[in-house]
Amino acid sequence: MDRAGERLPGKLVAVEGLDGSGKSTQVYLLFRWLESRGCRVFFTEWNSSLLVREATRKGKRRQLLTPTTFSLIHATDFADRYERQILPLLRAGYIVLCDRYMFTSFARDAVRGCDPAWLRRMYGFARVPDITFFFRLPLEVALGRILEGRPKLKYFEAGMDLGLSPDITESFRLFQGRVLEQYLAMAEEFGFTVLDATRPVHSQQQLVRQIVSQKLDLATFHKRFVQ
Amino acid sequence: MSAKRCFGNAPAGVDVSKLSGSLIVIEGPDSSGRSTQIALLTEWLEQQGYAVEQVGLKRSTLVGPELERAKQGNVLSPRTLSLFYATDFFDQFENRIVPALRAGFVVLADRYIYTLMARDIVRGAEPEWVSSIYSLALVPDAVFYLMVSLRTLVERTFQSHADLDYWESGMDCGLSRDWFQSFVKYQRRMRTEFIRMQKQYGFVPINANRGVITVQKDLKAHIQVVLDKIERPVYHG
Repeated sequence: MDRAGERLPGKLVAVEGLDGSGKSTQVYLLFRWLESRGCRVFFTEWNSSLLVREATRKGKRRQLLTPTTFSLIHATDFADRYERQILPLLRAGYIVLCDRYMFTSFARDAVRGCDPAWLRRMYGFARVPDITFFFRLPLEVALGRILEGRPKLKYFEAGMDLGLSPDITESFRLFQGRVLEQYLAMAEEFGFTVLDATRPVHSQQQLVRQIVSQKLDLATFHKRFVQ
Repeated sequence: MSAKRCFGNAPAGVDVSKLSGSLIVIEGPDSSGRSTQIALLTEWLEQQGYAVEQVGLKRSTLVGPELERAKQGNVLSPRTLSLFYATDFFDQFENRIVPALRAGFVVLADRYIYTLMARDIVRGAEPEWVSSIYSLALVPDAVFYLMVSLRTLVERTFQSHADLDYWESGMDCGLSRDWFQSFVKYQRRMRTEFIRMQKQYGFVPINANRGVITVQKDLKAHIQVVLDKIERPVYHG
């Protein structure tokens, strides 16, 4: 069942970074561009499998998740998407774009106290992306972007379960700081392409497109069937 | 008191040094008599003054309804199903087993990670992957494996149910289109996996082809040995 080492015709591109780093905007624009160029491309988001979403929501609402079950429930969601979408699409020769990938779990769940080796083995079935963009942003800038725009923070998003601070904003700051440290520590391990996320959206996207065209042979992904 | 440990690292936030009770696991296929034996053991233990907590692989409230729905629709890949079950297990593990052990209870587990691992492995999961996920679980103080012959299993199954269970017959595994054939093949595979695990994890095999009372006597004798290791306070009045 473990096919992480097998060569597949498709390519996998992931974006990672703190909330507010602009990764979702960038991956959306990349998706639009590849689509408009007639490429076989698919886009998937973290924690979005319909089947698992209800359980996640219920657990989060009742705050009955422990670090372990929190991590397992996200792995379940990921496995569902990986085996039903990502892997079949890679076999079919698609470019699969992922807004967050297993590295999100490696960062957040490690901050919650899960064993990093346990996390890596659990996700051992998933391949390391061909390109992983990491949108690096100084902590204060990321916090500023989020705290200005969306002051209603959610319990788990702010890492309130860690008991870092009774104040939700302060907890969010501390939690995001630790998540950032985890990301930076694994940049080398997984060969992240680190981008300075303070760049304006447009020039950032130019750079993203340039890197993608360099690393992937886009001509091989053109759809043969055009509607 | 026997020191508790996990197979690997403990789950985040669980301090095993604070756990004092005993974790006793009864494994065995459906219709091997697990629940009858556990009911009798509970009675016996409580009469001796032990507080008992019974746990099973029943669905936890966390993912239970989603899991049932997904199983009916048959839409989950084996790996997703494995992780769903693991989530369910650790939800019960951390919310029921660990608190009961912290409070010094004797926890009687009607199946444990072994059944979950065997089901996954029979369905093609890599044994290393599965055992790594469950490495966060506590090593039980004793594991009893109720062994029954296939003949007995078939007779007992049909005695209590008019039809075979879809999952216990492994109908999702594509072993045979015939339910009975599939049941036989699936139960054989599960048994093979259990026998492999028995060596690895040191289960105590119990011949469960015998009558309820005889099996119970056997279990009590083994469990008494486990309980005798628990230190008892002495009253110097």
